[in-house]
Amino acid sequence: MSEADGILRLRQPISVTYNWSAGPNATSPLNGLLNGTLIGKRCPGCSLVYFPPRNGVCPKCARILGDDVVVGPRGTITTFCVVNVPFLGQKIKLPYVAAQILLDGADISMQHLIQECEASDVRIGMRVEPVWKDRSEWGPTLENIAHFRPTGEPDRDMGAEAGAS
Amino acid sequence: MARRDVAIVGTAQRPNEVGTTLTSVELILPVINEVIAKVGIERREIGFWCHGSCDYMSGQPFSFVAAVDAIGAWPPIIESHVEGDGALALYEAWVKIQTGECDVALVFSNGKTTSGPIDRILNLQADPYMVTPLWPGFDSLAALQARACLDAGIMSEADMAEVAARSYRDAMNNPVAYAKENVTAAQLLDRPYTTAPLRAHDCGVPVDGANAIIMAAGDVARRLTERPAWIRGIDHRIDTQRLGARSLIESSSAAIAAATAGVGNDRIDIAELHAPYTHQEILLRRAMNLGEGTHINPSGGALVSNPAMAAGLARFAEAAESVFSGSADRVLAHCTSGPMLQQNLVCVMEGE
Amino acid sequence: MADLCAVVGVGQTKHASCRADVSIAGLVREAVDRALADAGIGIDDVDAIVIGKAPDPLEGVAMPELWLADALAAHGKPVFRVHTAGSVGGSTAIVAAQHVMAGIHGTVLTIGFEKQSDGNAMWALSVPIPFGMPVHAGAGGYFSPIVRGYIKRSNAPTHVGAMVAVKDRTNACKNPYAHLHEPDWTLEKALESPMMWDPIRFVETCPSSDGAMALVLMSEERADKHSGPKAWVHATSMRSEPTAFAGREQVSPRAGEMCAEDLWRKGGITNPAKEIDVVEMYVPFAWFEPMWLENLGFAPRNEGWRWVEDGVTDIGGSLPINPSGGVLSTNPIGASGMLRFGEAAMQVMGKAGEHQIDGAKKAVGHAYGGGSQFFAMWLVSNTKP
Repeated sequence: MSEADGILRLRQPISVTYNWSAGPNATSPLNGLLNGTLIGKRCPGCSLVYFPPRNGVCPKCARILGDDVVVGPRGTITTFCVVNVPFLGQKIKLPYVAAQILLDGADISMQHLIQECEASDVRIGMRVEPVWKDRSEWGPTLENIAHFRPTGEPDRDMGAEAGAS
Repeated sequence: MARRDVAIVGTAQRPNEVGTTLTSVELILPVINEVIAKVGIERREIGFWCHGSCDYMSGQPFSFVAAVDAIGAWPPIIESHVEGDGALALYEAWVKIQTGECDVALVFSNGKTTSGPIDRILNLQADPYMVTPLWPGFDSLAALQARACLDAGIMSEADMAEVAARSYRDAMNNPVAYAKENVTAAQLLDRPYTTAPLRAHDCGVPVDGANAIIMAAGDVARRLTERPAWIRGIDHRIDTQRLGARSLIESSSAAIAAATAGVGNDRIDIAELHAPYTHQEILLRRAMNLGEGTHINPSGGALVSNPAMAAGLARFAEAAESVFSGSADRVLAHCTSGPMLQQNLVCVMEGE
Repeated sequence: MADLCAVVGVGQTKHASCRADVSIAGLVREAVDRALADAGIGIDDVDAIVIGKAPDPLEGVAMPELWLADALAAHGKPVFRVHTAGSVGGSTAIVAAQHVMAGIHGTVLTIGFEKQSDGNAMWALSVPIPFGMPVHAGAGGYFSPIVRGYIKRSNAPTHVGAMVAVKDRTNACKNPYAHLHEPDWTLEKALESPMMWDPIRFVETCPSSDGAMALVLMSEERADKHSGPKAWVHATSMRSEPTAFAGREQVSPRAGEMCAEDLWRKGGITNPAKEIDVVEMYVPFAWFEPMWLENLGFAPRNEGWRWVEDGVTDIGGSLPINPSGGVLSTNPIGASGMLRFGEAAMQVMGKAGEHQIDGAKKAVGHAYGGGSQFFAMWLVSNTKP
């Protein structure tokens, strides 16, 4: 507690522990990550492929996602930003590039880091590939991929898709 | 009083369970699809969607946003959210229908009560400066109220056990109820206290659940179902939360809400009371002047399944279903929020 | 079918990065007391209270409206809590108005607030999800790639964001309640402001504020007997869409377009740019001004940035945007939407003081939230529809 200008202040830490479930529809994608494969899921309604399968549901159709589809490993940057501001819980060195990456075969982009190039070299349409952490560090998580790096292939023309999901 | 006649035309509840491994969205999506199929309506006919849930229960700020994925919000829809029980979301939907902006609304709620320490989380509803830092626990606050009731002589532990025993037995007929047991009050009184004077059976069992209700106005309701449950009155009120500032052996907000909703105008066949503690059912009965002829919680109530944020809407579903089936003509559905029956919503429904 | 509803009183707090001088109740009552005084009524005249705020983890409380019942003298009254993410201040005002329009209550007090200095806002806005990859730093990290998408497709010159920032921060100096009072911004200085999440600069980013806004709404019957200026609610609208789905248009979301289309239709507006006198628009990052100008149907697609460059949205321009300084100058998340709705009302009531747009008759309040997915708007005027 502190008291200044006659006002008593109390610092109250709040700690709550939850059991978090990714849900059954995350099982094959997370198992895929455990084995170094990127597995998306197809919506039985609109046939679009989602990676990662947010909540296990296609938001457009409100249907539970269906078949597994292997996607990537390469992808194209649809948009990005260069982060210069530190925040609580952040573990990455500044500045860093956070990008939306449309993996080959997926219909929605995913967010990840871009490294191994200058931030100023990153552009919409750039081709990138995942760089995995050491296998000994793997868990059922997208963090198994340390970052994405440029492949050196020619850029894809994103055109009207620039900035889209 | 209200300018438009609005009725519940369909309900769906998920069987309550403990320790679900589904995401909130996976819990909600099937009940929404189920109620839409039951009512036989096109998704696009739903003019307004409203959701009740609590961020702290989910362990994530903005947790309700994911639920928008479960409702097929494309093309864009009109939807809203309340930080509270789905029954309050139902009230918002009822208000919206009264303005004429829509004729059909779908209301839903979900609570993964067992994924976190609910008793601890609900401490955060209290005065953040004077009460929360003491971390009393929601059960403890209820126990304070139960103690006050016992000391005032308005009920006994046996009365409370009778409420529980009846609820556990009735729950055997309810496919979505979690706890069910063919038990007597005497047997329950032999069991140990958990938070004296409360025993385990005096406290609603925390479960994971989800439910959804469709409401419609006037002739639309008549088109959608044979026997709509017409909302004849609905009101909610709040009391002070300050411990010691009000009598704990009554609930004046429940009494006012019940009077405003017209509970006393005629007999009530079935009252689904959201009473997560046995002594609270007795208090609510007294506050609303419910007589011997009213059957309380044939579903087993929140004692046998208490999915926080969905338990109130579950009462509406149960009450409406009893009208649909013809087993009741005039029913009451109630929802409470906050410690010790602080806030209360009361609704009277009738078959035509 | 719906009754008319009018705003008869508006009150807000002095917004600041940390209001350590008041408790949550004190913050709320500061706005409430001013609104009641502005309306010329006492707290006992209030029939119902509709209160909104953004995620409770921002303060470390759960459903604080329950505890606030005492501070709001709400015993025996209805208290209702809305939570629709960033748009909540707007949707709360709409829900409150609908209580009046439905004929249920004659006098409704509505409040939007946030005391986010009590917690850690950056953390609360980006709590990492298990199994995922935490890369973005709060809201800025989420929206800046979308801004980049707008700049690319519209070929907007890169100084436009800084122009909006200078305008809003300068406007805020005419608003005694605004959080940031920074009178010395020029475009040159703004272009030197450090990049936070490229392409968004520090000056183009909203602050984190403590603050509250309260409005007193009355039914037509009561408002007609009320002698002060009124802002009649001509129309309200809300739309939502999912956060992310394959092919989702993020720069100009369809939900925003539809929300505006619905508002214009209900309000009888056929040419928004000509018929609307002032807009209080939810712009937490400067580039959202040109983006929303297009999204709401004021400017043609890819042309919004020209309006900024041409000074259309300045206080002296033909469509002033955010004369209050907007979200860029004040951002208590739960209140910001209601600040927009309330400032719009103040404009047509003639109560905006130094940032008053002369002769404002029709004003729009706009709020958005989530991943640009929840939209709420209202159209107010000093004459009845």
